[in-house]
Amino acid sequence: MLDYITSYLGSNTTPGQAGNVFWALVYIMVVFGGISVAVMAMNWLERKALAHFQIRLGPMRVGPHGLLQPIADAIKLMTKEDIIPSEADKFVFWIAPLIILCASFAVYIVIPFGPTHAITDLNIGILFMLGVSSLSVLGVVMAGWASNSHYPLIGALRSSAQMVSYEVAMGMAVVSAILMTSLHGLGPYGVGVGTSGTGTLSMIGIVQAQYEQHVWFLFKFFPLGFIAFGIFAIAMVAETNRAPFDLPEAESELTAGFHTEYSGLRWSLFMLGEYAAMIAVSSIAVTLWLGGWYRPFPNTLIGDTWDLVFSLFPGFTLLALAAIAFVGVMRMPKHPYFRVQTIGLAGFGVVLGLIGLILFAPPVRDRIQDIFWFVAKVAGFMYLYIWYRATFPRYRFDQLMKVGWKVLLPIGIGVLILTAILGVVL
Amino acid sequence: MQPVATTFFFYFLSGLTLLSGVVVITRKNPVHSALALIFGLLAQAGLYLMLYAPFVAGVQIILYAGGIMVLFLFVIMLVNLERSQKEEQFNKQWLIGLLAAIALGALFIIVYVKGKSFFPVGMPQPIESNNTQEIGVMLYGQYMFAFEIASLLLLVAIIGAVVMAKKRI
Amino acid sequence: MAPIGTVHYLVVAAALFILGVIGVLTRRNVVIILMSIELILNAVNLNLVAFSRIWGLHGQVFAIFVITDAAAEAAVGLGILIAFFRNKETVNVDEIDLLKW
Repeated sequence: MLDYITSYLGSNTTPGQAGNVFWALVYIMVVFGGISVAVMAMNWLERKALAHFQIRLGPMRVGPHGLLQPIADAIKLMTKEDIIPSEADKFVFWIAPLIILCASFAVYIVIPFGPTHAITDLNIGILFMLGVSSLSVLGVVMAGWASNSHYPLIGALRSSAQMVSYEVAMGMAVVSAILMTSLHGLGPYGVGVGTSGTGTLSMIGIVQAQYEQHVWFLFKFFPLGFIAFGIFAIAMVAETNRAPFDLPEAESELTAGFHTEYSGLRWSLFMLGEYAAMIAVSSIAVTLWLGGWYRPFPNTLIGDTWDLVFSLFPGFTLLALAAIAFVGVMRMPKHPYFRVQTIGLAGFGVVLGLIGLILFAPPVRDRIQDIFWFVAKVAGFMYLYIWYRATFPRYRFDQLMKVGWKVLLPIGIGVLILTAILGVVL
Repeated sequence: MQPVATTFFFYFLSGLTLLSGVVVITRKNPVHSALALIFGLLAQAGLYLMLYAPFVAGVQIILYAGGIMVLFLFVIMLVNLERSQKEEQFNKQWLIGLLAAIALGALFIIVYVKGKSFFPVGMPQPIESNNTQEIGVMLYGQYMFAFEIASLLLLVAIIGAVVMAKKRI
Repeated sequence: MAPIGTVHYLVVAAALFILGVIGVLTRRNVVIILMSIELILNAVNLNLVAFSRIWGLHGQVFAIFVITDAAAEAAVGLGILIAFFRNKETVNVDEIDLLKW
């Protein structure tokens, strides 16, 4: 039994491909738990970062610097009364958040955190991702319909029309990135020599193609890769109904759009699904254009010293976070009422520091590399989401649809055609 | 990679497909029928995966479950009348229709009984790692003409749907 | 139990086809009739893909074309429904009888 469990470690395929059901379940549990923690952290970070953008402080009371605010929110939502509108279709009302949640979480099956750290590596990975994330539109439509009230209905129609429109532009950008995987070679921009490779739709294959071509697809055929990435970045913000494309759920426009009539735990399922979808599409963008789990410059800065330098980054990042926590402790008011918060924050800083020190140990250092760089890149995208929300004004709905169909789609098709031509010619 | 629990998944997925088919044709509320059809389409994508056709499964999820069913749900929301759910659901010729379908079923059973032995018992395990590449080669090589005609057909359908659903031409 | 063979998939496809035919012939609501047509097309697709496993990839390519055509047909059919719904506020096929004498 123990042999069976440990026989997987050290293998060089994902558990899904190795057919190892036990380890696949372990990975699923780890990813599920990780995403839930990430959603809570994202909730806290959004409120704090938005507040600091608007020169105010954000939640400060619940835990030290509001660190326990997400837990307080969760408890509040769980204890709220569960109201179902009368004349609402009960079955559809119940199942709509589940569809959004399942669609958002099912994308994580194919996301690679490392060369073997994915739940499985489907050889149609990108196709699966595009298909499953388009299932969340169904949940939105059903949520608006089942609420039997006009604000949710209009919000659902607008939201689903927006999601469907930007899916097309997203598909064009993704296809142009997939085209770039079929070029193997080491010429300028990574093309030229021996371009007879076949492309791949599998996520791990896409990242490996970026490694073999010595270039992130962001910089490939400059500026085509960059424009494709830009289209995907804009489309993914619109796809997840985030600012500046959040008219369907903006409070001043439509009360709360398609989730107006949902209260308590059902609303928290919507929020969970939205944040999970944000992290999922950011992971897709990182995999397709930003080189996935590879550290910066994996081909040019090679050698043991450079490997050592880059492997110290995880530890230093966590030690920096611990240092920020200790600076916060220093600046806490020296009043007896704040003693518990000070001790809490100091404890949090100590925990972060200990984890940082553990990450310096050589056996951990080598294994945590891939996951750290992937998570760091996705975290950058999450911060960009919050930055967009704080900075940009909202698009009106007709402007939104105009941008989706008349601006992004033609540019996407143009990038696709040019990428194909350059891939054949160069 | 060896397939896991083929028998269980086949019966589960095909049972889900047939159950969703029954729900589609018997519900009063068209939204429930659409929901059941979505589950049926997803179960059918699973059946395609079992038949070593991952690309068709992906296309089914993207186009059918994620595109056509969204279209259906939009139109159901636009034309749904409370009154129509309280009316008679089955039309006047339901008995003859049922008899015709049963006759068709009898025909299928005759074909099954006579032709069952034509097929081998087990099935070969084709490689699925380059399924997408081979379909791509075939689509753009042998079936290029049909591909272009299909794209023209979609263009005609788009223009036709827009013209028909406009308020004033 | 016998190992799952091609015939199993063909039986499932035939059953799905019959369910679709019953839906088309007996229901009054136009949208449900269109959904039954989608069931019929799915049954045909399942047949094609089941055969393609033993006889080459042509079945899968044909199945992709069938899915594309189903999308076009659903769009046009629903467009007709919306255009008709504006004239006469009904979704029952029995009442769409403007050309009857």
